[in-house]
Amino acid sequence: MNQHAVLRVVTKLLMPAILLFALYVQFHGELGPGGGFQAGVIFGVGFVLYTLIFGVRSARQVAPPGALRTVLGGGVLIYAGVGVAGLLLGGNFLNYSVLSHDPVHGQELGIQLIELGVGTTVAAAIISLFFIFAGQDRPE
Amino acid sequence: MIVGQLPILQVIVPLLAAPICAILPFRRLTWLIALAASLLALAIALTLLDQVLSDGPISYLLGDWAAPWGIEYRVDPLAAFLLVIVSALGSVIMLFAPTSVAREIADDRIFLFHAMYLLNLAGLLGMVVTGDVFNLFVFLEISSLSSYVMISLGQSRRALTAAFQYLIMGTVGATFYVIGVGMMYMMTGTLNMADLGTRLPAVAETRTIIAAMAFVVVGIGLKLAMVPLHFWLPNAYAYAPTVVSAFLAATATKVAVYVLLRLVFTVFGGPAMVGLPVDQVLLVLGIVAMFGASAVAIFQTDAKRLLAYSSLAQIGYMVLGISFLTATGLTATIIHLFNHALMKGALFLVLGCVFLRVGSVQISQMAGLGRRMPWTMAAFVVGGLSLIGVPLTVGFVSKWYLIQAALEKGWWLVAVLILLSSLLAMIYVWRIIEVAYFRAPGDDVLQIREAPVMMLIPVWILAAGNVYFGINAQQTIGAAQSAAAVLLGSGG
Repeated sequence: MNQHAVLRVVTKLLMPAILLFALYVQFHGELGPGGGFQAGVIFGVGFVLYTLIFGVRSARQVAPPGALRTVLGGGVLIYAGVGVAGLLLGGNFLNYSVLSHDPVHGQELGIQLIELGVGTTVAAAIISLFFIFAGQDRPE
Repeated sequence: MIVGQLPILQVIVPLLAAPICAILPFRRLTWLIALAASLLALAIALTLLDQVLSDGPISYLLGDWAAPWGIEYRVDPLAAFLLVIVSALGSVIMLFAPTSVAREIADDRIFLFHAMYLLNLAGLLGMVVTGDVFNLFVFLEISSLSSYVMISLGQSRRALTAAFQYLIMGTVGATFYVIGVGMMYMMTGTLNMADLGTRLPAVAETRTIIAAMAFVVVGIGLKLAMVPLHFWLPNAYAYAPTVVSAFLAATATKVAVYVLLRLVFTVFGGPAMVGLPVDQVLLVLGIVAMFGASAVAIFQTDAKRLLAYSSLAQIGYMVLGISFLTATGLTATIIHLFNHALMKGALFLVLGCVFLRVGSVQISQMAGLGRRMPWTMAAFVVGGLSLIGVPLTVGFVSKWYLIQAALEKGWWLVAVLILLSSLLAMIYVWRIIEVAYFRAPGDDVLQIREAPVMMLIPVWILAAGNVYFGINAQQTIGAAQSAAAVLLGSGG
């Protein structure tokens, strides 16, 4: 892809916009269309685009397997951690109302944190799956 | 406060431990985490069983959302009994695992094996505690997906095709199940099992519900490898690492039988069931499994595959017990869930020891092992006798109740068939015992030493369980009887 200057430049220009849009979808999720799953996919798609243009090797430098695994598991831990927090604060598992003084704020905070967990896990899963398929002919 | 949270802790302890294992690539540490999580789950399950037997069913509302709308976790005697089976077998098998896993799974994948094991455990425990048919589907997928990965970790490349075959069949099964659930939701507007049980009779004779029953029973039939939906199982058990075969044989099929019990009795109303003759279908399929699978087991050359076919036959006994739709029949099925977990757990772990020392589980390579590995093979004899149903072992207790249930119904022929199929079990167990004890050992076998003590201890915990619960069956029978009573009571 070295000779395709247009593709390389446009990709570099698009990357921040794609990742920023993913974050917008993530944090605007409870007010408009969107949420953790969609945001995670968009974030992952940014990496897919980068990999297509610049190759698996350079993409892996940004997201090494160990880091991806940590984010993958970390998202699940955030989700379950919110549930456990509700449990420790005196409610049942996944009761968000007890997370804040005001139940409504608690519900908002709870769903935002849960979606953050979903988003990080989905993004890491999409990136890992793509790396596995894209890097199949030459193992690391 | 903590006591009220036990039903959810049962599931989230392994569920939280799994991602931690995936993040930390150290196999010793992840093994300790997996073992600790299993033991903690066992302690929770025992507390729950004790609580349920003395104070009655426990209901837990997820996120404090009220029951028919929110997800309800419900622990009754049957669920608590299953929780104990799954977490106890998981703990013993994890105790056994390190040496066997180091031999059979690549070093850089062992921590992932532990993560997958914990996810599987969380999925199985979740399927048991939940009182919501859709939540059950979610846990079914968690446990299925992780078991596909665990099977594919086997050494031979055929493990990959076996896992893929299971992936396809398992996905078809899960899809059928969720189609059935969708149809029930369409007709009743609820996903809560108890609520479904009260609302279904009004619409029971509609074509939608009849189709839903068919979809759900076939879907779960695929997961529990009910003959003729069993084709994925022999390959999966034969090529998976031995520890995985042991865990799946001892727990996964048991939980699938539990789901069938829940659906047939709590949701569809058991004896009051109308629409489809589910009981008659189960009766015929159970008997076919008892004979067909046992007959195929006799001709196997690979000991793991032999045990896999034997599992199919044993599942036949459980299905047969359900088909009676009586308290004794259900007691027989429920007690056999526990007993079969003990037998197959012990037998597969013995094969794990054999594989460690011999490097293969071909029956022909086991010649003379009885003298070289006396403790290992003695455990196999105990497990084998139990599988046949010899008195003083748990296998006898199961068959005793099953035959009683058949006689209660006046089905003499069925009782005779149960006895005849035990003779088939005798043939295939004898084949291995004969080779191990009465054939002269080959040259390679003479070099072989007994398995390490750390592996023999878990094997003998299970083997001793086979005898202890065979002689002192009061507790297990009591738990099974109260579980059967709850199932029939909720079915009206």
